[in-house]
Amino acid sequence: MQQIAIVAFSQSDCLARAGAANEVELIMPQLQAVYAQVGIDNAQDVDFVCSGSCDYLQGAAFAFVAGVDALGAVPPIKESHVEMDAAWALYEAVLKIRMGHADSALLYGFAKSSSGELPIVLSQQLDPYYLAPLWVDTVSLAALQARLLLESGLASERDMAEVVARSRRNALDNPHARLSGSVSVDELLAEDLFVSPLRRADCAPVADGAAAMIICTVEKAREWGVPYALLSGIDHRIETHNLGMRDLTDSVSTRLAARAAGVEDGPVEVAELYAPFSHQEIILSRALELGDDTRVNPSGGVFAGNLMMASGLSRVGEVFRRIAAGEIRRGVAHATSGPCLQHNLVAVLESAS
Amino acid sequence: MADTADTITGIECPVYLQYHFTAGRAPARFLTRIKEGVLSGQRCPRCSNVYIPPRGSCPACGVPTEEEVELPDKGTVQSFTVVAIPIPNNPIKPPFVVANLVLDGANISFIHLLSECENSEVRIGQRVQAVWKPREEWGYAMDNIRYFRPIDEPDVPVAQIGKLPVTGREG
Amino acid sequence: MSAADILSQDFELGFTYTRSTGPIVGRFLTGLRDRQIFGIRASDGRVIVPPMEYDPDTAEALSEFVQVAEQGAIVSWCWVAQPRAAHPLDEPFAWAMIRLDGADVPMIHCVAAPAEASLATGARVQAVWAPETRGFISDISHFELAGGGN
Ligand SMILES: [Zn+2]
Repeated sequence: MQQIAIVAFSQSDCLARAGAANEVELIMPQLQAVYAQVGIDNAQDVDFVCSGSCDYLQGAAFAFVAGVDALGAVPPIKESHVEMDAAWALYEAVLKIRMGHADSALLYGFAKSSSGELPIVLSQQLDPYYLAPLWVDTVSLAALQARLLLESGLASERDMAEVVARSRRNALDNPHARLSGSVSVDELLAEDLFVSPLRRADCAPVADGAAAMIICTVEKAREWGVPYALLSGIDHRIETHNLGMRDLTDSVSTRLAARAAGVEDGPVEVAELYAPFSHQEIILSRALELGDDTRVNPSGGVFAGNLMMASGLSRVGEVFRRIAAGEIRRGVAHATSGPCLQHNLVAVLESAS
Repeated sequence: MADTADTITGIECPVYLQYHFTAGRAPARFLTRIKEGVLSGQRCPRCSNVYIPPRGSCPACGVPTEEEVELPDKGTVQSFTVVAIPIPNNPIKPPFVVANLVLDGANISFIHLLSECENSEVRIGQRVQAVWKPREEWGYAMDNIRYFRPIDEPDVPVAQIGKLPVTGREG
Repeated sequence: MSAADILSQDFELGFTYTRSTGPIVGRFLTGLRDRQIFGIRASDGRVIVPPMEYDPDTAEALSEFVQVAEQGAIVSWCWVAQPRAAHPLDEPFAWAMIRLDGADVPMIHCVAAPAEASLATGARVQAVWAPETRGFISDISHFELAGGGN
């Protein structure tokens, strides 16, 4: 089977509000950055392009089509789109390359979710008969999950605060972070409840922005002459939409995806997990069976800033950066979609040498 | 919807979402200038095409566009249609003409109304000029131009449409 | 390029959807209109409320409706101290997963309660019907603590 190399990654700063920038203006700098990393000119120089975004977030119909203005699609290019995080655009591109239909692919994800009330906009992705008409927001659903976890005894509020404190501390080294700093667990626990049992600090700060990546065959990576990481495994699994039928204290889909992606086949030096709420990092770490020797979210994860529709791709990018720089030899990246970790993608990245 | 004695087979689920839309840097610049009565596009640094209204990129080259180009309010009909149905909440009465117009100096068309003309005489290549609203009514909007009307200049050959310089036919 | 004004505008996006319910959801909503709550029996015998059309484990089409109680117990809950404009209740309230008596799978709905401290996992709650029912999930206006627990 064709081996996949990741050769370039760039992400924007995590902005509370992108202000005047439109979709094209959000995407363009990240595309230019990944082109520069491999020395190409525009999307004409790759075989396939796939993006991840969700028009409902900014309330701009067909915003993802406007995004194509950033690509240089004359003459026409092979292009696709997922109405999801761009980690799933990565998955589509991996299949394309493995099937021999492409040797290289450009991926990008973007959102300007500050235009709307995100937890309410996302409520309309829920069951259209039983939940969407009640406007159950996504923070509240996460809070229901958090209480189940707390009352099961699998985690404490202190454990959750430790996730936040570590993430913010790690984010000090992340130049794109929206939120970073030293805060103690006790300080976090002293904060007011937001949607109990969640505090505001337990909710990753949502951000506007974009991320882009280039992947290719190993042959193409050598031709470009750039450092690369091997994507040795990738898989994704989804659980039923009926929250009442799921074990919300576990992530069965993450477990299965991790096994299929080969997480257990070697040491996991770094794991970048897309956990929009602190208790979800605890659930994910357990589902991935991460040990004490794994550094979880050295970038700060999405607690540095949750770039809707790009955070999953960014997790892969963060692991890639560390491997390409020679800091680590093997790591795991995770992406999620849907309420309460409904849908999960796991990727394993390894050093080429 | 079934009457109350029957089994429910359908429901109404209206969804209303509130947003705060921001125009983007390039469109905002265009709208800021049109409020002053100026039509401003952007030129691609690579292929030199001029886009109006601009989006901040050359869709052909995939590069950012920064150079601003002021364009005249004269242009050419690239294509058109005669519309027989009314526009909701719009005082314009059918039949009226909607046209793809290319301003002199621009390389891409935009859509606007054509009026003060015999609908049957509108044609591709016809020369037109903007009819502006009174200055005091100008806002951040394309409809500062009420419509375009034909002007007394020779038609532009099809192969030349979208390729005129900013100086127009005389250029 | 010189600076532009930042131009922005509030707007409302409306999607005036109508949805076909199909026989399973339709039967459930018809029940709500008649102030009754129905679940459906899954392949393994569990009663799912609100009913699903297919078994999530086996994909088998489900058809055996089971009427369940208007009362049940809270399985999990969260307290919304500051309701959002779109939320169904204006005063602070809880979202809860509620396992109705006779059901095995909890459903999600809102619970009106005087204060966060009055709620707990395991608390008994009772459906409160909307003044007029029409065959919609909000025919259950909300739940409240059973036995006038406030
Ligand atoms: Zn160009």
